[in-house]
Amino acid sequence: MTTVSAILNGIFEPGLFTSEPVRVAVIVGGVVSLVSAVVGVFTVIRGQSFAGHSLGDLGTTGGSGAFLVGTNPLWGFVVFALLGAGAMELFGARRLRQRDMTTGIVLGAGLGIAALFLYLGTTQSNTTGATITILFGSMFVIRASMIPVFVLLGLSALAVVGLLYRPLLLSAVSPDIAHARGVPVRTVGILYLLAMAVAVSLSCVTIGAILSTAVLIGPAAAALRLTKRPGLAIAWAALIAVTLTWLGILLAYDSYYWPPARRGWPVSFFVVALVLVVYLLADSASRRNSRRDATHAFARRGDRVGSPGDRGRTGPPGLGAG
Amino acid sequence: MFAGFMVHAWVVATMVAVVAGVVGFFTVLRGSAFVAHAVPQAGFAGAAGASLVGISTFAGLGTFAVVSALAIGMLGKRGRHDAVTALTLVFMLGLGALFLSWSEEYASAIYALLFGEVLGVSTNQVLATAVLGVVCISAVVILYRPLLLASVMPEAAEARGVPSRRMEMYFLVVVALVTTMSVPVVGALLMFSLMVGAPGAARSFTDKPLGALGLSVGISVAIVWIAIAASYETDWPVGFFVGVLGAVFFVTGRGWAAWRRSGVGRAERARQLATGPMRFTTTTGTSTEPT
Repeated sequence: MTTVSAILNGIFEPGLFTSEPVRVAVIVGGVVSLVSAVVGVFTVIRGQSFAGHSLGDLGTTGGSGAFLVGTNPLWGFVVFALLGAGAMELFGARRLRQRDMTTGIVLGAGLGIAALFLYLGTTQSNTTGATITILFGSMFVIRASMIPVFVLLGLSALAVVGLLYRPLLLSAVSPDIAHARGVPVRTVGILYLLAMAVAVSLSCVTIGAILSTAVLIGPAAAALRLTKRPGLAIAWAALIAVTLTWLGILLAYDSYYWPPARRGWPVSFFVVALVLVVYLLADSASRRNSRRDATHAFARRGDRVGSPGDRGRTGPPGLGAG
Repeated sequence: MFAGFMVHAWVVATMVAVVAGVVGFFTVLRGSAFVAHAVPQAGFAGAAGASLVGISTFAGLGTFAVVSALAIGMLGKRGRHDAVTALTLVFMLGLGALFLSWSEEYASAIYALLFGEVLGVSTNQVLATAVLGVVCISAVVILYRPLLLASVMPEAAEARGVPSRRMEMYFLVVVALVTTMSVPVVGALLMFSLMVGAPGAARSFTDKPLGALGLSVGISVAIVWIAIAASYETDWPVGFFVGVLGAVFFVTGRGWAAWRRSGVGRAERARQLATGPMRFTTTTGTSTEPT
């Protein structure tokens, strides 16, 4: 580890690894993006990106509420995200479009309450800077003493997802089959939403609402473009998320003397830009692959014309040759 | 409450509410609430960028809104574009954060763009809002039939020669235009609450498309009027009242629907069915007359 950092010190901006805020940002950013990416794979498979993003915004409401009351923002984030998840589930229907609407209404109410909290907060204590910190988060102002709490919360979210691994996948791919096999689809859905709420509020309070959605959805969506196997997708997503977050921190640190303002570009910008680039690359790779597969499949089917003996064994197209 | 500067607020908010009710009806029908949330926030990034370079906020907002709407439409696959929407949204917000970090005016500007400043609307803004509002409403009127069909039954629409993908693009551009007209006056967050809350509630009260559309506009205008009055009285932000009222109307609608499904409601409906014309309910809850 020390030799690695010695080499890196030569390449990167001096002082990067001796700075305490950067070290905390690297640890917390790594943990949080790892947890988010793993949870996010299921979010993308289940089509719950909107809920994932909304839970972050609802957490923000809680954060501003906690700021108003004067408690630790982390608990505000977690409590409001859990409440939001509960409300979404309470009115949520199974149909995708209805779920979308319910999520929207819970989010709308949450944002309204956030507006009130921020208004009360700014008129009472006159610190408008808090608005920005709550919305955009800042990795460089995390206290090192909070790290164990973050790790514990992250582990609990991962534990829920790990325990529910099979039923989650099954109920995401086909709720009917899952139901027939005795999987309590609704309970699994609620538990997953709660785990996502914990993961999202954790990332919101540490890396901000923007980055929270970025590391939840981006790496997972890119990974699912690269592979269709869930286990492998989780590994890819975790790798992409952690790499991009660290790269983002590094670039933000390096950008301190960049024009035009010479006070550093935001980490969130670097990470979201990297996430988008990786997603677009993965997407174009998968499009190229599927086009090539289609060409192969077409060529193979062409061979088979005129040999009816084959037809019985190969089965319907799409199921046989993979 | 109705004097001087307040007149502009009332006029602009009413226009925004009508347009939000109309476009929001299709947003909810198509399950595009996430898009309605993402595009205004992308527009906010554009506004931040425009104020940085010193050009019109309106232009920056409009450009970013249209670009992000088109990006969502092009990157998304049939019906499933939630992950792409999330990516577009965070990229735009990240860009907004970058622009804000470059500019000198920090907190108050972003606060105004996110939560709006309906009480400080100029005459020019009223005119611009009116023009864009008319454009949006006319677009929806022209597209009404094919858009409705493509939203409720995409396959049937394709079979009848309605290109559902092109409809999707048209719809996304309309959402971007609505964003451009509304974000400077009511803010990104409030517009979203209006576009989902009012039509969401309206859908619970009636199964007829035109009825739901009308009711959506009515509820939207009611929410905005109550919110402005309440905000004027209490000094609390308009966005708070709009968000909470949207949820209240929605929950009321759900309660009404549940009551109709329950014993009392069913008996009454059976009586209506025995006397009135029969309706078929499709999977999305919109009913059509049997032909």
